[in-house]
Amino acid sequence: MVSARSVSVGPGSLSYTDLPWIIQHREDRCTLCGHCTAVCPKEAIYLAYRRQRMPKLDVLKKKRGNEYRTFVGIRQKPNMANACIGCSMCAMVCPNEAIVPVPNTNEHRTLFFNNQKGEPMKRGGRRNKVGPTLLDRIMFNRISMLTDPALDAGRHEFNVTTTLGRTLDPEEFLKRTREGGWIPPTREIFPFVIGSMSFGALSPNMWLGLLQGVAYCNEVLGIPVVMCTGEGGCPPWVLKSPYLKYIVLQIASGYFGWDEIIRAIPDMQCDPAAIEIKYGQGAKPGDGGLLMWFKVSKLIARLRGVPEGVDLPSPPVHQTLYSIEESVMKMIQTLSTAFGHKVPIYPKISASTSAKSVLNNLVRNPYAGGLLIDGIDGGTGAAYNVSMDATGHPIASNVRECYLDLVAQGKQNEIPIFAAGGIGKNGNVTQNGMALIMLGASGVHIGKYIMQSVAGCLGNEKNRCNVCNVGICPKGITSQNPKLYRRLDPDLVAERVGEVFMSIRTEMKKIMAPLGRSQSLPVGMSDALGIGDKDAADRLNIKYVC
Amino acid sequence: MCRLALKTASEAFSPYEVLQAMEAMQEGYDGSGLGLLLRGLDFEDFKYNSKFPILSGIAHSEESWHRLNSFMENRGFELKYDHEFETRPELIEATDRYRYFLRAYKMPASLSDKTKDEIENELMLTRLALRKDGEDHGNDLTVFSFWPDVATIKEVGWPLDIGNALNLSDNRIKSRVCMAQGRQNTNYGINLYACHPFFIQGIATMTNGENTAFVPIRDWLLGKHFPGYTGYQSDSETFTHILHYTLKKLKLPLQAYKHIITPLRGDELINHPQGKFLTGLRDSCRRLIIDGPNAVIATLPDESCMLVMDQKKLRPATVGGRPGAWAFASEMCGVDAMIPDRDPSLDFQPMREHTIIVPPERKELTIWSQHDPYPLDQAA
Repeated sequence: MVSARSVSVGPGSLSYTDLPWIIQHREDRCTLCGHCTAVCPKEAIYLAYRRQRMPKLDVLKKKRGNEYRTFVGIRQKPNMANACIGCSMCAMVCPNEAIVPVPNTNEHRTLFFNNQKGEPMKRGGRRNKVGPTLLDRIMFNRISMLTDPALDAGRHEFNVTTTLGRTLDPEEFLKRTREGGWIPPTREIFPFVIGSMSFGALSPNMWLGLLQGVAYCNEVLGIPVVMCTGEGGCPPWVLKSPYLKYIVLQIASGYFGWDEIIRAIPDMQCDPAAIEIKYGQGAKPGDGGLLMWFKVSKLIARLRGVPEGVDLPSPPVHQTLYSIEESVMKMIQTLSTAFGHKVPIYPKISASTSAKSVLNNLVRNPYAGGLLIDGIDGGTGAAYNVSMDATGHPIASNVRECYLDLVAQGKQNEIPIFAAGGIGKNGNVTQNGMALIMLGASGVHIGKYIMQSVAGCLGNEKNRCNVCNVGICPKGITSQNPKLYRRLDPDLVAERVGEVFMSIRTEMKKIMAPLGRSQSLPVGMSDALGIGDKDAADRLNIKYVC
Repeated sequence: MCRLALKTASEAFSPYEVLQAMEAMQEGYDGSGLGLLLRGLDFEDFKYNSKFPILSGIAHSEESWHRLNSFMENRGFELKYDHEFETRPELIEATDRYRYFLRAYKMPASLSDKTKDEIENELMLTRLALRKDGEDHGNDLTVFSFWPDVATIKEVGWPLDIGNALNLSDNRIKSRVCMAQGRQNTNYGINLYACHPFFIQGIATMTNGENTAFVPIRDWLLGKHFPGYTGYQSDSETFTHILHYTLKKLKLPLQAYKHIITPLRGDELINHPQGKFLTGLRDSCRRLIIDGPNAVIATLPDESCMLVMDQKKLRPATVGGRPGAWAFASEMCGVDAMIPDRDPSLDFQPMREHTIIVPPERKELTIWSQHDPYPLDQAA
């Protein structure tokens, strides 16, 4: 054994087997083309020249000596800054299948060193919890088996849209119609909304692809999909286009991009679909938006009205002198006025035990057009790991209790509740969304699922990739570096948007048809739901089945 | 699937005629219930004043019968006529039927200076109080309706057996309108209160098919906190309450019912002359959209009869007749049985957009389409 001094070991020293992903490289297949090292977003691998000593002993000649050979191979850097993230881009570009990262099945040491320089771990993605979610476990079990046959999902006519915006009680609607009063604006939309991902969090090509795809869904496929901008404003050419009607503009506590939006109002050809006021986000409750300096490019800086290359942490709350509820009330009213009371305005909050109080405030606010509740499994472009993993409230029970509260007041048709956070986490996007709808949501927002399904986002809950925050997205989805985002073809993204929404629409019909539903979205049809978990069934007020 | 039959005629007729029509459609029900609702009553042994409310129901024990008597007395209703059925209990499956009752009462003097709404409210609350009294005593009292010129009979069993058991062929009761439903039990339990037609404040409906949107509609109606919106032993009871809500609460014309339960599609509304109003109505009443398939047959206090289809138009329903007598039935053979002396080539089968009305004069059918202009000033 050698003395410790002769080996370079410090408290933070790691070997490659301590990393969460271990690169397996087959030297016999490698052509040394260099593609893998060039594509690696973390510079986690490098081409290494090694010398191998071959001891040589010639007994007859009584000579000792050595022979040396050199070999070349790909090696992994065993430090935190360059730890492999498992994105597998190396495997994707390798012509010979010579390289692949594999998850470290042992516990890995980086968990204890992800706080370099005193800075806790920040990342993109969502709560790193694997396995079926509660939504995945819900079954649709009220199948029409007597009197009425199940419907034909392929040939029957289905109405699968929902209402965004406040609707009046029928008696009040008739009264205002008679008296020429204000009828709050509503939109008839597809219940799966592309959730707020900002221009800045997403690359220009990703945004362009989404916009094209959404327009195609509306104009060609007849699926009235809308998408939300997120906090970073909206490009002027979109604001002044006839496609603005498919866009929900978000205003958040940083107010980024709202100078441009307000100035564009006189030139708008149509009203936006809605305005979303972000008060909270499920992935990082209590935090404002965060765009790290890596991603504040010249374009983003101009759009947001800020200098280039600085971190953009939005405050946790909107500017308010007194209380959140007053701020909510004033912002809703102000924005409704700004758009001539013709655009639904709704807040987005983090799922929370206090969601019901927010909802009841909105019920009494005549300008509030709905409530979006974002659960703990929601995604984000950048947040502290501890916020993502440990802070927040699951969406299902939160939406359910809010809906039942509205039911008790007879107001469930007046304020639509939209749900977000973990829908499609394991790919079951339609099943998850329809479960929430039957629990009482009028629709759902999907963000991470959209990135994964339309653009091939590699992130997962084993902390694969999840580097959206630092602008090195290997697929070019969340990067502002042209070298990276040019990898993403907007036309192909748009094509995938169309495919994804066509598929969701068909799956919705396949869920609704056996329940005998076709004429209206089965909002609150909780008699159709069952779950094999007694506690969850009791909490959600649905059937326990086994 | 349940079978429906309705006959309306200028001359009062025996409900047994309608039961015979039910017999013609017997493949469709399972004996889990029969409901009969009669309007425009004519009793052989009593000159009925059509202002007298009639209490219909079943007392399941002598004790409940006495409670009923004292309850009505205390409430100020004076008994004017008590129809005694000549029953043959052996034809009835159930054994706890002490007394079927149809009793005409004179209104209490205290109601004479009340408004129409207040009187209607009192009649409904009286019915609900009696129903609750029965429920509080182990369901020993069942009350179906309490309203002027409306009699209701409900029983579990095969329609003709029940007609024979109550001797309905004896012509002691006749009516100008008779609704009958032979029930095919779906999944909400066999219960007398689950038998159609359902009744609230003069409005009655019966349905075939299943209302798959039952739970959200029920939840919304319960949220109105109107005392009459209760029960829901059957998913179809919501149809009655939606019609009540449309006519009595929203005070909309009858045409609005179809627009509420089965609104036109978005693209159809754009082309409708009152599309903007109807879109707003659809949004406001979105939770009342039925998701059938159903044929809904309704009767109103003025003896108008209505038939509407759900949007899927997967349920059958036919209307036929001649001036003075019309029949609605879920099967064509039902119409044949009720009015054989008509021109069957003029029978009409409504489509998804249609509402059929037989007005009280019974001269001809009125057929409304949802695509027609909507007749309300406020929609202009």
